[in-house]
Formats: sequence, structure tokens, C-alpha cells
Amino acid sequence: MWDTPITSRGLVVYLYRISEEIRYSVHFKNERLGEEALSAKQILQRFLQIIVVLLGISFLTFMLTYLAPGDPVRTMYSAAGTIPTEEVLNERREELGLNDPILVQYGRWLGNCLQGDFGTSYSTKKPVGQLLSARLWPTVKLALLSLVLMLIVSVPLGMLSAVYQNKPIDYIVRGFTFIGVSMPNFWVGLLLLYVVCLQWGLLPVVSTGTGFQKIILPAITLAFAMASKYTRQVRTAVLEELHQDYVIGARARGSNEREILWKQVFPNSLLPLITMLGLSLGSLLGGTAVVEVIFGYQGLGNLAVSAITKYDYNLIQGYVLWVALIYMVLNLLVDLSYYFVDPRIRLKK
Amino acid sequence: MQKFMGFVKKNKQFTIFAFLALILVLIAILAPVITSQDPYATSLGDALQAPSAEHWFGTDKLGRDIFTRIIYGSRLSLTSSLILVAIIFVIGSLLGVLAGYFGGIVDTVIMRISDMMISFPGMVLAIAVAGILGASIINAVIAIAIVSWTKYARMARSLVLKIRHVDYVYAAVVTGSKDVSILRKYMIPNILPTMVITAATDIGSMMLELAGLSFLGFGAQPPAPEWGLMLNEGRSYMQYAPWMMLFPGLAILITVVIFNLLGDSLRDVLDVREE
Repeated sequence: MWDTPITSRGLVVYLYRISEEIRYSVHFKNERLGEEALSAKQILQRFLQIIVVLLGISFLTFMLTYLAPGDPVRTMYSAAGTIPTEEVLNERREELGLNDPILVQYGRWLGNCLQGDFGTSYSTKKPVGQLLSARLWPTVKLALLSLVLMLIVSVPLGMLSAVYQNKPIDYIVRGFTFIGVSMPNFWVGLLLLYVVCLQWGLLPVVSTGTGFQKIILPAITLAFAMASKYTRQVRTAVLEELHQDYVIGARARGSNEREILWKQVFPNSLLPLITMLGLSLGSLLGGTAVVEVIFGYQGLGNLAVSAITKYDYNLIQGYVLWVALIYMVLNLLVDLSYYFVDPRIRLKK
Repeated sequence: MQKFMGFVKKNKQFTIFAFLALILVLIAILAPVITSQDPYATSLGDALQAPSAEHWFGTDKLGRDIFTRIIYGSRLSLTSSLILVAIIFVIGSLLGVLAGYFGGIVDTVIMRISDMMISFPGMVLAIAVAGILGASIINAVIAIAIVSWTKYARMARSLVLKIRHVDYVYAAVVTGSKDVSILRKYMIPNILPTMVITAATDIGSMMLELAGLSFLGFGAQPPAPEWGLMLNEGRSYMQYAPWMMLFPGLAILITVVIFNLLGDSLRDVLDVREE
């Protein structure tokens, strides 16, 4: 039924996310048992898949920028404040290789990329690789901090809400998460900016650099929406485990609740939670763009948005490719982590 | 009528949220009745006025009435997100059903493309697509559709696979039913409830993504009264006119909450398996 690990995992995760309901997960748990184990062959397969997907994505981005309206050469000159003749424009296009057939251009670009040369940014005249790597760390830092914030908030809240299911505390948590999920993250960012910087004057509105003062508000903004979603998922996963027979058995034997919760229920609900963490990385990487723009945080997303407004195709391509690569590596790590979390996989051989 | 009242009684939650959603739709349709002002009419003399009896939500930098713009903005937000969900629902489900039912090369091609999309942060590609196609609300819809249909394709495919090999489908094949009629009689009715629930719960998040693209400047363009765009305009005037960013955000929040609740309660109505 399942042809590749990535397909089946994606499916499990999607149904999880959509339904967040117990009735599905019981079914999928049985499915999962058989096929999540990653053998060396499967890891190799995953690497091959990554390469195929990267090729596809690179071609897609390349095609998009190729078909895009707006002439980069013309933009380049008008940015410099000169009005060039058609002859000059053509000469420049020839020099940049923009007159060659598309497949030739793609092949040349891809060959260069493989050697670490992502071309030169049209708007800044600097190598794309250099521009991107300068912005990589700030964005990773932002993503990691918000991930930590999110976990600190949502794991305890989700467990609390599951343990006290249908009690007042559960309703309160669920109410908050519901509003959190429905709030646009850019609005959360603006409100934070308004309250913390303008009303309370705790932090400077405009500051350069990527220090703590600059990173904390974007991180909270990013964590806010993710935490709402994740709290619900933690709740669902823990609830599902709480309804298993072994919990009833443990209670019957007289184990205390705390021990059951931390020694049995929590480790067992880790697997779906890690899967969902892997998926939220995607929205995290995309979400940084919006948040970085609001706070003027100098990260990858901010760079990409300004590149798009300037028709800086090389930079856009580089950005899309980099983010895809980061995302896939992270997901591979998530897959590998099953091996450590799930003894059924580790001990199977 | 009796039947209707019975339905209402049985599904109180759903009825309430459906009613609220209906009100939103009515607000959009009846915008000119609700407010007599013009969402595009600028009046620089009235710029950046605080909320008052005359301008309930204040005015923006060009002196346009924010209340009026928010009311008219519901038209753009509702139509664009409903169209977006309809597009991905139809395309995704169709491709998923085909992939699941026919298998083989059809399945491989569709699922590889969808693998490619899933191995990729959606918003990043949407930003790139929207930015490259050029900024407009239609392109924003296309951009999000390109990255979102795969979810429906995967779901439809898995649901079809689940019933592909049950006896009544084999019986239909053996008795000589055509593919089209098997799809229509067995596959589609079987998968439809789950797919509709998914689509309904997605309306809210699609609205958020569209507003996000507009906020970045890759969606609706000025002077359109679009909530995400209005928030972006309000950003620069935050210090002097916080109402410019408060009310459009509230409008988004309320609308998304209503549609999310509607989607959740629809699940209880349509999901017969629970009983």
C-alpha cells in the first residue's frame, strides 16, 4: 500500500493534523509499526529522493523567474539612474547569458550551484551565496529560539489540558489555543510592537543587529501561533495514550498517576509529537519571512522579500533552494530521530 | 420545515456558526446598505482621525473611513478565500481520486509532484510565486493554490485506497460497471464527507495566508480595501493612529474564528462514523 516512507509519513501527519482525532490515530498506529524503520537502504533512498526533489524545485524556481515579468537588465540600469539604449541593453543581456535557450541557462545555473556559486545578485552586485550565508545564522537563531519558547509553553499546557480533560482548565487552554490559531501572526507582531515598544517603551522600536533586544519579539510572535497549534496536538496525543488499555492496567495495579503520566504516557506520545514538530518547521521557515519584515530583523526572509520587490532573480532562486535544502535536512533528522525514540524500531532487527 | 427544525435541534452548534457565517456573507453583500460612505473616497483634511461618532473606527492616512473599508474588505477576503478553497478542493480531490483509483503511472506522477510540494515550506514558495507572478490578489490565490492542493490529493488518495479493495467495489467491477460510474457511485460519496470537512476547516487558515501575502505587499494592491493590506498601511502610522492596525486585525480574527468554528462543528454533523 505504501510505496515510500515519505509518502506514508506525510499521510499520517496530514490526517493527524486535520482530524486531531483519536479515532484516526488508532488506525494509523498499526500502520506505522511496520514501516517507519529506516534501514540503510531507506536512508539512501531518502537521500536520492532529496536530490530528485531539489532538482524539481530548482527547475520550478528557475522556470518561475524565467517566465516572470519585469526585465532585470532594465531594472538594473534604471536603479543606477540611467536610461540605456536598446543596444546597450542587449549587450548586457548577452554578457549575462540571458539570451541563451532556457535549458542551457538552467544547466549552467545548476552546474554553478553545485560548485557553491549561486550567481551574483543583480541588485547588490554581491555573490548570492555570500549574502545568504550572512543572513542564515540570524534566521536559524530566530527559528530555534521560537521553537524553544513554543515547547516551553505548549508541552506543559497540552498535558495539563489532556489530564484535566473537560475540566475548567481544559476549556480555558482550548479557548486560548483556538484564538491563537485564528490570529494572523503579523497582527500579533504589530500588537506586540505597539504595546511593548511604544506603550511600555521596554525595547527600542528600531534597532539594528540581531542581539537579544532585536530577537525576542519576533521569536515570541512566531512562537505564539505555533504554540497554539502545538498545544492542541500535545493534548490530542496525550489523550490518545491516556485512553490506552495499559493505562487502565497500571491504574488497576495501583501505580500513581504521576508515574503513569511521565514514565509511560509521555514517552509514548513523543512519536507523533516529533512528527508534528518536523512539520511545523516548514511553517516556521515560511513564517520567519513575515515576522522578519515586521520587525526589520535582518534574516533570510527579509532578504528574500526585498529581493522579490527588486526582481533580483538570482537571489530569489538561491533563497528558495537554500530553504528547501534546510527543510529537507531537518525532516531527514526528524525521521532518523524515530529510531531513537521508538524502541519498536530500534529493537526490531 | 419540520425536518429543518429537527436538524437545527440536533445540531445546535452548527446552526449557530452557520448563522454567524451567513451574517458575514450578508455583510459583504449588503456593504453599501450598511455604510453610506465610499471606501475609496479620500479626504486629506480628515486624515488619521481617532474613532468618533462619525468615523467609528477612525480614518486612515488618506482620510478614508476605516469602518467602511473593513465592511467592504469582507467582500474581497471572503470571495478570495472561498474561491481559493474551492479551487484546491476540486483540483486536489480530483487528482487524488484519480491517483488512488487508477494507480500505476498516474499515481506515480501525481504523487511525485505532490512529494515535491510537501518537501517545501508552503509559505516560502507562495511568497516566491506571488512575488514573481506579480502582486495581485488573483496571483496570491494562484500561489497559495499551487502549494496547497497536495493536501487534498493525499487525503483523497488515501481514502480511495482504503475502499479500493473492498468487496462491493470488486462486485461492481465484476458486474461490468464502468470506471466513471464506480467513481461516481462509490468512491466520491465515500470520500466526500471527510474532504468537505477538511475544506471547511481550511477556510480560516487560507484567509490568514491570503492576508499574510497581502500584508507583505504580494496580494491585494492599494487602494483596495483588503484587511491584510490595511494592516500593512497601519504599520507605519502605529504611533499616531493605532486604530489603523487594530480594527483590520480584529476583523480578520473574528472572521477566521467563525469559519474555524463552523468547520469544527461541520465535522460533528457530517461525520457519521462517530455514532
